[in-house]
Amino acid sequence: MLCDNCKERDAIINLTHVEHDSKVTLHLCEQCAQQKGVETGGAVLKTPLGGFLTALGKGGTVLPTPSDGLRCSSCGSTLRDFRDAGRLGCDQCYLAFELHLRDLLRRLHGSSQHVGERYDAPGEAAADPRGRLLDLKAQLRRAVEGENFELAAELRDRIRVLE
Amino acid sequence: MIDLSLLPDGGMNWLDASGPKSTIVLSTRIRLARNVRGIPFSQRAKDADRTAVLERITEAAGSSDRLSRAVTFHLDQMERPDRQLLHERHLVSKELAGLERESRPRPGAALLVQDQVGVMVNEEDHFRIHGMRSGFDLEDAYAAVEAADADLGRLVPFAFHPEFGYLTSCPTNAGTGLRASVLIHLPGLVLTKEINKVLQGLSQVGLTFRGLYGEGSEVVGNFFQLSNQTTLGKTEDELIDHLGKIVRQVVEYEEQARDVLLKTAPEEVEDKTWRAYGLLKHARRLSFEETMNLLSGVRLGVGLNLLSGPGVYTLNKLLIYTQPAHLAAMDGRSTGDRELPMVRAAFVRRLLEAEPR
Repeated sequence: MLCDNCKERDAIINLTHVEHDSKVTLHLCEQCAQQKGVETGGAVLKTPLGGFLTALGKGGTVLPTPSDGLRCSSCGSTLRDFRDAGRLGCDQCYLAFELHLRDLLRRLHGSSQHVGERYDAPGEAAADPRGRLLDLKAQLRRAVEGENFELAAELRDRIRVLE
Repeated sequence: MIDLSLLPDGGMNWLDASGPKSTIVLSTRIRLARNVRGIPFSQRAKDADRTAVLERITEAAGSSDRLSRAVTFHLDQMERPDRQLLHERHLVSKELAGLERESRPRPGAALLVQDQVGVMVNEEDHFRIHGMRSGFDLEDAYAAVEAADADLGRLVPFAFHPEFGYLTSCPTNAGTGLRASVLIHLPGLVLTKEINKVLQGLSQVGLTFRGLYGEGSEVVGNFFQLSNQTTLGKTEDELIDHLGKIVRQVVEYEEQARDVLLKTAPEEVEDKTWRAYGLLKHARRLSFEETMNLLSGVRLGVGLNLLSGPGVYTLNKLLIYTQPAHLAAMDGRSTGDRELPMVRAAFVRRLLEAEPR
């Protein structure tokens, strides 16, 4: 479907608003949607990273360059794919695009920290290195946010070993 | 032709109008989005992945009290009218039923249903576990879904991240993966032109509204689905309590709007209600949209005691059975049959004649 505004590009966003007594739905391309002040997924992801990640970089961790070419090693999806489709390829994409997604999740939900039910997968909660890695990364993030750099350094070393 | 009698209630007892506030709130629905760890999400999954997902849940469901007697519908093996029937019954999404394209759904697309709990398999997420309840009953709906989720999660490893929570195909569902929604009838607010204020207010408190069939659907017959917008950063109970609090307020506004209507324009409201009833009772051709709007008028009249019948359950049944796939199935026709508006009008007349008023 073509964009209702420019009639040139494909519409990827449905913008619904109430005008007088009726509901009006506009089908817009990304550019026209942005012009109308809609925050699109693409725009959200292009936002600069938070300060604590810079702090991590100073500590010697090599950060991936935020770019469309960033690729999930598990399913092969790129960040570009996610921007185009609005869907991630697999659970590992959350690690591959972690920095971008944290920022996006904060914009979408006002927070990136899950506080609901905790979940341990059957029989492998403690033993699974991937699960442990995820745990350590979360701890590291909290340590940096709390400016506990000694703990952060220790956690970073443990993450390196696991990776 | 699928046999919905396999389901004890045809998957419809959420419409029996037995629940709290059922003249205004038709039903309550809660769903949890879950994915199997290590298997690509649906959009990127190969047919073999999708089949593996279905095998995992079939096996796990066998050991769950909530799902061991579940009826499984394999959507990829069903004809389009049957898939549409399940969609019209609010048991599967348009996407899972494959109604947006010509080809059949891909292998592994399935629905498991037992009592008032269903699982859509290989939809946008591997599992969408949902529970439906009649009327306004968030707690009960969540209890059923939570139990099914716990059963499945004990046997199938779900994708979970300590910071981001349950991982979902679209980040808008990550965290709890929980979407709670109520289907609510708001003619009073529409007629008093207060509805826009209410709907605009919803977005400011983190809620959103949709039409009768959820995401992407239009509002018809003054039916709105109100649901939480965000799924991360709050606990499941907080999300549910918040929605509950706001819905109670909306119900109150609706009741106030109805009082205003009765005080300021009693004759007009009474006339509107009786006209709607008269048309439904006597019309020879009815489109689905017109039927919905007339049912809205009658429902308002019943809620205000301007009409003593038909019962709310009958009105709810009419909402479902006057949809194209239901009518076509009952009458042995195709969903595109040009005579469907006549069949619809005859069906409505028959149901209303059997009811007191």
